[in-house]
Order: sequence, then C-alpha cells, then structure tokens
Amino acid sequence: MFNRLKELYLYREMIFSLVKRDLKGRYKGSALGFLWTFLNPLLQLAVYTMVFSVIMRAGIKDYYLFLFVALVPWIFFSTSLSGGASCIWAQQDMVKKIYFPREVLPVSYVTSQFVNMLLSFIVIFGVLIFSGHAINLIAILYLPIIMVVEFVLALGVAMLTSAITVYFRDMEYILGIVAMAWQFLTPVMYAIDMAPEKVRFIFHLNPMTPVIEAYRDILYYGRVPELNTLFSAVIIGVMVLVTGWFTFHRLQKHFVEEL
Amino acid sequence: MKEENAIEVHNITKSFKIYLDKGHTMKERLLFRKRRAYEVRSVLNGISFEVKKGEAVGLIGHNGCGKSTTLKLLTKIMYPDSGSIEMRGRVSSLIELGAGFHPDMSGRENIYINASIFGLTRSEIDRRLEDIIAFSELEQFIDNPVRTYSSGMYMRLAFSVAINVDADILLIDEILAVGDVAFQAKCFNKLREIKGNGTTIVIVSHSLSQIEQICERSYWIDKGEIRMMGQPGKVHPEYMNYMGEQEKIQKEKIRKKNQSRNIDNSQNTDAQIQDAVEIISVSFTDKQGVEKTAMKCGEEIYLNIEYKLNSEEVEETLLGLLFFRNDGVVCYGTNTQKERMPNIKLNNEGKIVCHFSKMNLVAGEYYVDIAIRKINMLPYVYLKEAAHFKIYSDIDEVGVARLDHSWEIG
Repeated sequence: MFNRLKELYLYREMIFSLVKRDLKGRYKGSALGFLWTFLNPLLQLAVYTMVFSVIMRAGIKDYYLFLFVALVPWIFFSTSLSGGASCIWAQQDMVKKIYFPREVLPVSYVTSQFVNMLLSFIVIFGVLIFSGHAINLIAILYLPIIMVVEFVLALGVAMLTSAITVYFRDMEYILGIVAMAWQFLTPVMYAIDMAPEKVRFIFHLNPMTPVIEAYRDILYYGRVPELNTLFSAVIIGVMVLVTGWFTFHRLQKHFVEEL
Repeated sequence: MKEENAIEVHNITKSFKIYLDKGHTMKERLLFRKRRAYEVRSVLNGISFEVKKGEAVGLIGHNGCGKSTTLKLLTKIMYPDSGSIEMRGRVSSLIELGAGFHPDMSGRENIYINASIFGLTRSEIDRRLEDIIAFSELEQFIDNPVRTYSSGMYMRLAFSVAINVDADILLIDEILAVGDVAFQAKCFNKLREIKGNGTTIVIVSHSLSQIEQICERSYWIDKGEIRMMGQPGKVHPEYMNYMGEQEKIQKEKIRKKNQSRNIDNSQNTDAQIQDAVEIISVSFTDKQGVEKTAMKCGEEIYLNIEYKLNSEEVEETLLGLLFFRNDGVVCYGTNTQKERMPNIKLNNEGKIVCHFSKMNLVAGEYYVDIAIRKINMLPYVYLKEAAHFKIYSDIDEVGVARLDHSWEIG
C-alpha cells in the first residue's frame, strides 16, 4: 500500500494535468467559458429561492441558504458517486495502452469535482455576505476539515464504483437512481428532525448525514459542529476510503482484459 | 535479479477468456449465465528471457503469436497469470501516442498533459519542453489548439513527447511509421542516440530491417513460446523461411479446396492451349540446393521449374518470367525469345533452372509468373503467382532493385 502511495505521488503531475484539463476543457467553446463555473451555482440558487420563498414556503428562515449550503457539498458527493463510476470506462483507450497507477483516474476525477465545489463556495460566501446572514469565523475554521473528510469519503466511493463499473456496466445507471434516493435519505432539503422518528435511524447509518450536518452547522447556523458529528464523519470517511481502495486494488489487475 | 540485467522475465504465462458473446449488462449476466460460453485461449506458454542494461532486443513473430502481449505485460498494463517480471529503472513505453490530448488546448498545454501521463513531474517537463518542441518542428504552431493541426503534425507532437521521456527502459510497439520520410529518419536516429546513451530497448515490430539496424538480439515468438533467439541476422532468415512455408501450406490448402469444388477447370479465364504442358513444381534454392522462400538481397539463387508434357503435339516453345511485387508493381520481366535464345524443344518430362547470380530486388514480398508459350502463339501454360518469396536486407534501400555499385570517395 505504501508503494502505491509513493507511485501515486510520482504521478502527481498527471493528476494535476487531468484536473486542469477537465476544468479548463469543461466550458471550452461556450461564450461565457469559465464564468459558467460561478454562474451555474448562482442561477441554481436563484431558482431555489424562487421556488421556496414564493411557491412552496418551507417555514425555515432563509430556506434558500439552508438548502444551498447543503446542496453544493451534496452535488459534489453525488457527482463523484454516479459520474465517478464511469471515470475508468471513459478513459479506456488510455488504460488499455499506457501504464500509470490506475488510482490516478478516480483521484483526478474527484479532485476536479472538488475544485468545482470550492469555486461554488466562493458564490456561497458571496451570498452569505450580501444577504447579511451572520457568519461565525471560528466555525469557518472547521470548514476545511469537513471538506477534507467529504473528499476522502467521495474518493472512497468513486474508487469502489469506478472499479465495479468496469466489470459491470449497469452500475453507472443504477447509481444514478441510488444517488437520487440517497439525497432524500440525507438531510439536504430538510433538517433531520423533520423526518419521522421511525426512519431516523436510516439517516444515522448514512455516512453523508454527519458531513452535511456539519456544513450546515458551520455555514447556516454559524456554530462549531458537534465533536461527535465530526468524529463519526472522520471514522466513516477513512473506512470507506480503505474499503474502496482495497477493492479497487483487487479489481484493477484485470481492467484491461475486461475493457 | 542479476546486477547486469535491466529486465528479467521468468516463465510467464497468460491466457484470456474469449467470450463468444460478451454480455455486460445485468440482464445478460443474470439470464444468460449458462449461455455466456467462453473459451480460454492461452497466449503465452512460459516465456523467459533476460535483457542486459543498455541492450536492445526485438520481438518478432506472426500476428497473434504473443509478442504484443509480452510487451503489454512488460509495461504492466496487464499482469501475467503465473511467472514473474522484474525490471530495474524507469520504464516508458511508446505504445500509444498522444494519450490524453485535448483538441481545444494548445500544443504546449498538451505536451504537459501527455508527458505527465508518462509519469514526468512538472520540473522534468519544464526541462524537456524546449527539446520536445524543437524535435516536433512545430515552433510556430505550438500555441495553437491541437484541433487545428494536421494529422501529421499531431503525430509529430505526440512522438516528440514520447521519445523525450528519458527512461531507463524503453518499450516500443510498431510506431516508427510517423510523419513523412524525413521525420521517420529523424525518429530512428533519435532512437539510436537514446540507445547510445545506455537505454535498454525492447521493440516489437514487423519491420525486420528496423530491428536488424538497432537490436543486438531477436526473439522469435511462436505460439506463445520462444522458438528461437540470437542475432537478428541469424534469426530473421529462419523466421522468413518459416513464414514462407506456412504461407505455402495455406495456399496449398486453398488450392485443394478450390480444386475439389470445381474439378472442371476448362473454363479458365486465361486462354491457353489446354493442358498441353503442366508445371509440376516451382521452387527457389540456394547454392547448396536448400529450398528457400526468403532470401537476402544480393544472394545467389536458383529458380527451378519442373514440368511434364501432356500432349505429343507440343511444338517449339519459349519461356517467360515476370516478377512483381505484392502491391502489383512489375519489377522485372523477360523471356527466352527476347534474350535471343534458341527456341526450346521440351522433353516429355524435365526441369528448367534459371540461375540468378545476384537476386537484387530490394527488401519486400514478390511473386513470379511463369509462362511456357508456343512461339508467337498462345501459352501452353501460364502459371500466375507460381511462386511467392520474400527478400530481406540489412540495408534500408528504397526503390525496386539494387543497382550494383561501389563508392570511391576522393
């Protein structure tokens, strides 16, 4: 395992280039180009604000913010889950012809989604400041920690799903549905205490619950996340990554034959 | 691993599952489980070899013999089923050119992407950037998006990156066919230079002359095993001969099949005086009388034609030969009448020998047509593609035939 890490480190420039290629290439050819990276979340926010403050009133103060600070991290995770699944399949020409540590592909895919989330966070902060919502600077210090935890979790999941998708193509489509269902079992659109007591245990089994709650604590409620929440998020994140990587490592030996 | 070796391969085997109908979706996996028949095809059956540091070796063999699989195992794209591969030093492969190129990005940006896939760090790429651009001869275009490049420019850029990686071990699969002739020569010289710097090289190629020019040793792989190894000059003629034999056997099979299907050959398209003369066999032999289907350019060679007469009424004849290359280019044709030889009176059975003191066709594949013709009349027999042979050479000449020459430099 240590050797793999060392090799991955040697290929850091490849990860960097692939992330850069993805971010720069994404909006190439469109008139607004890179601006879309900011415009996209901003317009999404506008839609949510319209829907939840005019059409369907949610009874939560500043609901659009309540939703948005959870939705942006959620989108990062769900894209890593469903989109990450095909990251090896999509690069099969490269995988079949060139040697490089296969982990590079999920790592760079998740990293590029992560950077995208960070850019969206600029929008979040902009909106937080403009709307005059209270910001707790000490709580903000915990933000990088929770981001790293989510990254670890997303990477673990992407490694697992990308490796399985090579052997089993349906995975990609199944995961699309799974991601949707998962969103409703995570307190993204509502707080966890809005769910009936009976089903709440599902929320607590869900590794994304503590992560999303921590984001909301920090940004919406402006308070330091509970240590409990944070700690369980770290443990789960590491467990998922280790499982994901282990599976990936086992499966990657026969990627080329399966593709 | 021995100190002097860069690569050690011990008894590797590899087999593939060939799915007759590969099903990837869940429906296929669940419903047609039993129907998903596959056969196991073993591609490598225990190959071992060692390559010393700084040595260049070539892997040759017909399609599907396992040479490319061997190379893939060396690059670690795949893993062997059993056996082990040990390598010392940084490995780079010239197998896929232009991996990761993004059409909308500039040549310069793509150099960074592509080189990083070969495992180079940013500072390493920075150091090589000038060399790469200079080698590609694309200085004016390097900041244009790659989609504006012609395919030749694209390949030149891709090759320049790959060849400037500076590995300890370089693995090459059939890639020296990039760009125009001048650029190919440049690539080849660069490869020599790399070798001169002590890089270990393994080449898979169909171009035997390229291997002869750069490698100390050749491994002939056949049916997943090493059939022969040694100096290219020794291995390649054997290989060519073997391939020629195989082809002959194959042709014979087809001929027999056709014959059994259509015994009545009388509606043959070529007009000829029916079956009066029959050519029984055609073969090439060397000085020692050993049969050959591949010869070296400039070798002394004999063309032997055995015939028999099926009719009493065969009159005086002439004999013609026509050599042409496998792409249809006529290389040389002659007949006995043109050469002002007396008309030939054939025996009931006999052998005609044509002696070539120097077979000077350049490296390639050739056929010879043979005709025995009634003087000024239709042929008694015209045997199309009567014999097929290959010429190999350690000189990379171009054209059709070697003009015998010598140099005097004052």
